[in-house]
Amino acid sequence: MSNYCPVIGLEIHCQLATKTKMFCGCEIEVNTTPNKHVCPVCLGMPGAMPVPNKKAVEYAIRLGLALNCEIDLNAMWTRKNYFYPDLPKGYQITQTGGLPVYDHPICKNGWLEIVKEDGTKKRVGITRIHMEEDAGKLIHDMSPTESHFDANRCGTPLCEIVTEPDIRSPEEAVLVLKKIKQTLEYTRVSNANMENGNMRCDGNISLRKSEDAPFGIRAEIKNLNSFTNLEKALYCEMNLQASTLDAGKEVEQCTKRYDPNADKTIVIRSKEDAHDYKYFPEPDMVRLVTDPAFVEEIRRTLPELPDARRKRFMDDFGVSEYDAMVLTEDRDVSEWYDTAAKNCKNGKVLANWVITELLAKVKELEGGLSALKIKPEDLCKLVNLIADNTINGKIAKTVFAEMFETGKDPEAIVKEKGLVQVTDTGAIEEVVRAVCAENAAQFAEFKAGKVALKGFLVGMTMRKSGGKANPGLVNQILDKLAKE
Amino acid sequence: METIKNLSAKLASGETSAVALAQDSLAKIEATKNLNAYISVLNERALAKAAESDKRRAEGKSLGVLDGIPVAVKDNMCLEGTRTTAASKILDNFVAPYTATAIEKLEAAGAVIVGKTNMDEFAMGSSSETSYYGPVKNPLDETRVPGGSSGGSAVAVASGTVACALGSDTGGSIRQPAACTGVVGLKPTYGRVSRYGLLAYASSLDQIGPFGTTVADCATLLNAICGIDPHDNTTSTREPEDFGAKLDAGVKGKVIGVPKEYFADGLDPECKAAIENMLKKMEAEGATLKEVSLPHIGFAVSSYYIIATAEASSNLSRYDGVRYGYRSKEARKLFDLYAKSRSEGFGKEVQRRILLGSYVLSAGFYDAYYVQAQKVRRLITDDFNKAFESVDVIASPTMPGLPLKCGMNESDPMAVYLSDIYTVSLNLSGLPGVSVPCGMAGGLPVGLQWIGKPFQETDLLSVAAATEKLAK
Ligand SMILES: [Zn+2]
Repeated sequence: MSNYCPVIGLEIHCQLATKTKMFCGCEIEVNTTPNKHVCPVCLGMPGAMPVPNKKAVEYAIRLGLALNCEIDLNAMWTRKNYFYPDLPKGYQITQTGGLPVYDHPICKNGWLEIVKEDGTKKRVGITRIHMEEDAGKLIHDMSPTESHFDANRCGTPLCEIVTEPDIRSPEEAVLVLKKIKQTLEYTRVSNANMENGNMRCDGNISLRKSEDAPFGIRAEIKNLNSFTNLEKALYCEMNLQASTLDAGKEVEQCTKRYDPNADKTIVIRSKEDAHDYKYFPEPDMVRLVTDPAFVEEIRRTLPELPDARRKRFMDDFGVSEYDAMVLTEDRDVSEWYDTAAKNCKNGKVLANWVITELLAKVKELEGGLSALKIKPEDLCKLVNLIADNTINGKIAKTVFAEMFETGKDPEAIVKEKGLVQVTDTGAIEEVVRAVCAENAAQFAEFKAGKVALKGFLVGMTMRKSGGKANPGLVNQILDKLAKE
Repeated sequence: METIKNLSAKLASGETSAVALAQDSLAKIEATKNLNAYISVLNERALAKAAESDKRRAEGKSLGVLDGIPVAVKDNMCLEGTRTTAASKILDNFVAPYTATAIEKLEAAGAVIVGKTNMDEFAMGSSSETSYYGPVKNPLDETRVPGGSSGGSAVAVASGTVACALGSDTGGSIRQPAACTGVVGLKPTYGRVSRYGLLAYASSLDQIGPFGTTVADCATLLNAICGIDPHDNTTSTREPEDFGAKLDAGVKGKVIGVPKEYFADGLDPECKAAIENMLKKMEAEGATLKEVSLPHIGFAVSSYYIIATAEASSNLSRYDGVRYGYRSKEARKLFDLYAKSRSEGFGKEVQRRILLGSYVLSAGFYDAYYVQAQKVRRLITDDFNKAFESVDVIASPTMPGLPLKCGMNESDPMAVYLSDIYTVSLNLSGLPGVSVPCGMAGGLPVGLQWIGKPFQETDLLSVAAATEKLAK
């Protein structure tokens, strides 16, 4: 196979976390009685009219600002016309125009930054973010002959985020999607949960011979519902297009889906049967006029974003860039660490504890971080106990295990179990001497120069002291005894 | 014929009761059944509401001038718990689950809704002949149409079943039937009256408005139904005013614009004479006539039909047989469910307009039709703005001639489309307009259409009231 350079762009749909629907006052609730939250507007009853949800607009603007977009103060609603039984009005209200004159999404021309594995940073353009309404759900398993319709989801506000075709590998695509998910979480605009479908991603990809060649013909892969599937689907399509080009054929522009079991991309629509959605301006609403002061207020109250938080962790807590990235990937984790680090004497050690011990344990918990019994303040105390030489690292692991089980204060555990580190040289020397006497042969060899046995002797001493001896002191004393 | 003013005075003096008025109205509806002006008559509901009105009055809690007055509303406005059909088979069994804001406001003012009036199916037509429930008859001349699409509401007033009624106007659907039946019909400025609950034909053109036997009654109804509505994002934020405040002001000192394009070829000479005669009378009263030009007006009808049908093709997509309304029993597959339900449920004219609308919005034709029509719309609006720089109000015929003969919708739909030639431009530009009888031609009343500045209905109705006085 020849070498080709992929060109990738993403379209991400996410559900906004508003309490009510996009164009009516119905509550948004999932997994409830079908058609519990419906009204003339979201049911597409004759004569009903849409009225924009101001909170949804605020969320879209907040997301746009977080992704460095320009906000259109005079955005436009449009209709996308098609028939489907889950679409009550026979059209979806959106902000895509078809023609430039009717194309006024609420946000456009933004960017985000990803940090690649080698540490280099890259900017990816955000073409646009627009608002639209979700469709309902069809239920096919209630009857063998009929389908049923649940309109609870009808009119749920969505944002569609479209990136520029700036992405150059499936790995980069995953980083971009992660960054968007992270931004959605940090801004609290969406729950951004890919598993339950409130965030989904379409990827489009084309190949070209070299980085400066014109773009090739692209395929769009719909509804990728995990980072893994995004990466795998893009690789799969890349290989397919490469072999098509190698065979001297042309890639066909089409819409596809990805079958993860077969690891195949499957055509669902060719270019010929592409829908004509007959977009036109929504005449039931005036243009979405936004007060610049409202935008400024949102900008002013924008929460700390991932990049800023990462930098702050590095500056304030002395954490490495890599650790800072791991700590900020998930908003809740970053907030947990932030709280813990507030009074911590060693933010770097704390970061290690969070990344290697805590996150590993959290993975085992059913409810994740929210089910964790350890309070951030208590992990801070534990790290401070180490920093003060009150306990050593080994004891700390025991204390940590108990904290994880019971949620107890580490200071209380140490006191209760008498785990305070022995730093009294005399007391430790006594133990070391006893160990050397008990293991006279090994001690003799060590004395004769077999350095490898030092570890054994330290270990035996630690065991005899119940782990409480300061390992540094034990080492020093052994060296001294060897010279005697 | 009765007026709201008279009826209201009789109610206040105790000479009659709301129940008596409702009974009288219902009896007249029954007696004029042959005119086919109503699709649904709300006997029980109306009598119950009338009884409530009488009770209020007895307790000294009358809601004002409309309390207890029988009113008819076009059957394309939702009234909770009652059948709302838009004169279409596809909604024959549809019972509205909520009430349109305009009707809600009428009822809040105490008005008693006696029935839902017949119309062109989905308001698509100018003859009230395309109804699934059969054509509406013109009481003045049964060989001629009553105009449309709000023909039922116009005839309900003209035949004396009610003093006033609500219609909707997308391209002339209030003004034109008002002219055909010799009553007053007002299309308010776009955004003046909420469209929430009005079954949309073309959302950017539709506007609800009143019919009455007098200009004063139209002002009274508009006072009741206007205003900002949180359910309709396109309603204007303007404060309500008393639209009847200047009815006696006369036309002295007014500058009346006379568009030369409106009085050129194509206007019936007898109708033209009637209108010019009225304008002369106004001149004698101290008004100044001034010729104005609306250079792009010739493109109004084609631009109107493109925009109206484009929006209609989308607005009517919801009638798909899935959730409510007519569903074909023949359908086996999803596509059939749509195709058969819609082919069987919609009448010919509606299907014609949906097809036209889908066509002008389709890829490849979009630029040539829809985009072009929107440009024309802008130019026509600019024409009016320019004309209004030098005049207070503009005079125009409501129709090019006498009401059309029945049956032309089938034989010559183009002639029917062109009967909207003087009215559609107001919908394109959002301007208010009122049709008032100004004289006679061929034994039938002639409508004069007054065109006002945006949101200047008070001034517009002032000139209309002067016309009414001079026509007597
Ligand atoms: Zn709703």
